[in-house]
Amino acid sequence: MSITVTVDGVPVTVEEGATVADAATAAGAYVPTLCFHEDHPALGTCRVCAARLDGRVVAACSAEVHDGAEVEVAADDLATMRRQVVGLLFAEGNHVCPSCEKSGRCDLQAVAAETGMLTSEFPYRYPGRETDPGDARIWLARDRCILCQRCVDLVRDDEGRPVFTLTGRGPDTRVELDHATAAGLSDEQVAAAVDLCPVGAILRKGVGYDEPIGARRFDVASVRERALRGERR
Amino acid sequence: MDGPSTTFSASSTASPPTSPPTSLVAPRLLAVHGHDRSRLLDMLWELQRRHGHLPEAELAALADGLGTTLGDVRQTASFYHLFHLRPAGRHRLYLADTVLARMHGYDHVLAALERETGATLGGVDPTGTFGLFSTPCIGLSDQEPALLVDDLVFARLTPDRVADVIGRIRAGAAPREVANPDGIPTHLREYVDALVETNVRTHGPVFFRPRTDVAAVIREAVALPPEKLRERVSLSGLRGRGGAGFDTGLKWRLCATAPAETRYVVCNADEGEPGTFKDRVLLTRQPELAIAGMVLAAYAVGARHGILYLRGEYAYLRHYLAHQLHLMREQGLLGRDIGGRTGFDFDVRIQLGAGSYVCGEESALLESCEGKRGNPRLKPPFPAQVGFLGHPTIVDNVETFAVVTRVLEEGPEWFSRMGTEDSAGTRLLSVAGDCDLPGVHEVAWGTSLHDVLTLVDAPDAYAVQVSGPAGGCVSVARNGHRRLSYEDLGCNGAFTVFDSSRDLLEVAREHLRFFVGESCGICVPCRAGNPALLDLATRIGEGRADASDLAHVESWAALLRGTSRCGLGVSSSRPLTTTLSDFPELARAAAARSGEQGLLASFDEQAAVAAYGPAAERLVAAREEGAGS
Repeated sequence: MSITVTVDGVPVTVEEGATVADAATAAGAYVPTLCFHEDHPALGTCRVCAARLDGRVVAACSAEVHDGAEVEVAADDLATMRRQVVGLLFAEGNHVCPSCEKSGRCDLQAVAAETGMLTSEFPYRYPGRETDPGDARIWLARDRCILCQRCVDLVRDDEGRPVFTLTGRGPDTRVELDHATAAGLSDEQVAAAVDLCPVGAILRKGVGYDEPIGARRFDVASVRERALRGERR
Repeated sequence: MDGPSTTFSASSTASPPTSPPTSLVAPRLLAVHGHDRSRLLDMLWELQRRHGHLPEAELAALADGLGTTLGDVRQTASFYHLFHLRPAGRHRLYLADTVLARMHGYDHVLAALERETGATLGGVDPTGTFGLFSTPCIGLSDQEPALLVDDLVFARLTPDRVADVIGRIRAGAAPREVANPDGIPTHLREYVDALVETNVRTHGPVFFRPRTDVAAVIREAVALPPEKLRERVSLSGLRGRGGAGFDTGLKWRLCATAPAETRYVVCNADEGEPGTFKDRVLLTRQPELAIAGMVLAAYAVGARHGILYLRGEYAYLRHYLAHQLHLMREQGLLGRDIGGRTGFDFDVRIQLGAGSYVCGEESALLESCEGKRGNPRLKPPFPAQVGFLGHPTIVDNVETFAVVTRVLEEGPEWFSRMGTEDSAGTRLLSVAGDCDLPGVHEVAWGTSLHDVLTLVDAPDAYAVQVSGPAGGCVSVARNGHRRLSYEDLGCNGAFTVFDSSRDLLEVAREHLRFFVGESCGICVPCRAGNPALLDLATRIGEGRADASDLAHVESWAALLRGTSRCGLGVSSSRPLTTTLSDFPELARAAAARSGEQGLLASFDEQAAVAAYGPAAERLVAAREEGAGS
């Protein structure tokens, strides 16, 4: 069933069950996302997709619209919040784009550019984060991890067991790689895990610079263009 | 092996495993719990009681038996701060580090503990006897400083008492012999009374009355159709006492009408808001009211299974509560054909938490009940629709369930006549701080702050932290006329009084520090934003804030309020924002100081040059050593 909602005052028609992000896309309004992947249920961890639904700030990736809903995306305060969330990520981790293999195909980098996050207003913490290079095929570079939980919630071995897990909590939360389970993954499964990571935290050893700069994901089409085409992966 | 015999479930008591220490305990635990992932916390507790920590070999065996990975078991274990992945001493000591403890000699008690145990805070003494750790509020705000020792508790500590307790344990006494010298059985109320005080100061119309005949209430209730029971709860106007104030009758209706075969009833006894302890007192004095409320909810929504989620810090209540469940079973008030109603079967198990404030959030609590990290779920769907293991689940606070029993005893009109239009009935307050009558007080909703302060004898009150850190710091001078109610000044039960000698900015900073440590860590604004707010609060409190810091407070607070995934991040900025807004003199002083110095105020000159002295001394010493050899 179709329902009608307004996005920044513009009426659009979407299917029942559509999210705020879906409605925004239908109206041509860009809402950035980081943890959301179009093939999977919303994770709701990054909170960068802040939008307003009937006056309340919500995560656009997971909040569903209803007939007659009023969605706001463009308001200045919302744009500020989205930029601030990106700024928090840059401040809490160690994101050094020029030396990162993922540059040019990194969602965080692309979303930072789109939201105008050029320097974080939050103090950079330069945390000491341990890298886990111990796996034969996967390099887990925690400096760049944004704890989106895509790998934690979505990567499974053939027996349905998790390969990536979390330990700790609060600012000490970190992603762990279960080496024994990772060893049982096929090369295709490893490639899928690498592709699933929106930043450069999960990398395939030996093929770091396989894709030439200039031909990378966001070199070809910006994150905004891709999102508005309905491609969020 | 210390501590009392092990309770594997609410319905059976087994002896501790007797296998030799070299063999693994995990296989036996898996068998006892039917290889059920949702019992992972129970298994981890048992392993820790056995080994003093969670050895990796045992966790790997649990993972195998549960069909998952070691990493998966560790992600649960590492979430809860009462679990230890490394050896943590034969006895684990947790000193509550709270604002109230710091008002009552915390520093001296900590110094005595470090001296007597030989352990420094966060570590284990060289003999491996004592691990000494810090923990947030353990629900003893009216008798701080307080210390957990394994699953026992010692309150009203002084350095002398610390020396006595630790000295006797060191000399070979078991902590339970020190805490309970008369050897009172752990399932009796006298045992709980021997450990902690239950200070009921003001009896109201709802609680701490002559004993309610819960059997009669249940028998009468289950003679009604379930929808009639729900209707009576709705008519009473009862709203959830956990803090959010959701309409209880509506929650029950949503659960009852959600399409499902199986439903659950969960009692939230994860009383973690710093400053509150009324649920502990209620569970000690009138546990039958809360348990009966669960039975009534089960009947009203059609549930067969219930869980009482007891915070790990209240482990000393678990045998007592298990015994209360046993007594209810004996009276036919739990189990089969309850209250004489054929086919109404319901039972309750106790789930012990393991140290996590956020597990008081209902969806995080359900994750914890499932043996997982306490990460709050995305809402909607709400637990009443999709709850424990995906089934519609009622999650209500201890006080809410206890009120339900009284509402059905006295009638909904009796209840709705009390209080205000939108806040029916009364509210239990956990009162602590600068007043002469700390303890539990029952007041009608609508009572003003001034009147509560008179009741608790706090003539010098300057500020009240209402609802704990998640609530607000309220100025008595400016807002003493405000009334406790959902429509005016909401209150989850915590009521902490400060006189004018207290440093409210320091209080705000401590509360922010609490939220930083208790964030589950999965959403960005809460995980990364709270440390940023804590830095601001620290600089403001120390007089080192500059104009940009003060400007950032509201902007960053709005970010956390708007974008956080759960109530923790939504409310965590309140200690700072409410203190600055209700005490503008403090904000003005901070702003004035920020303009005084020639240097940028945020520049910490002392810290910047602190390394110079020691480095110079080392250089000199090295040179002298070189010259002498």
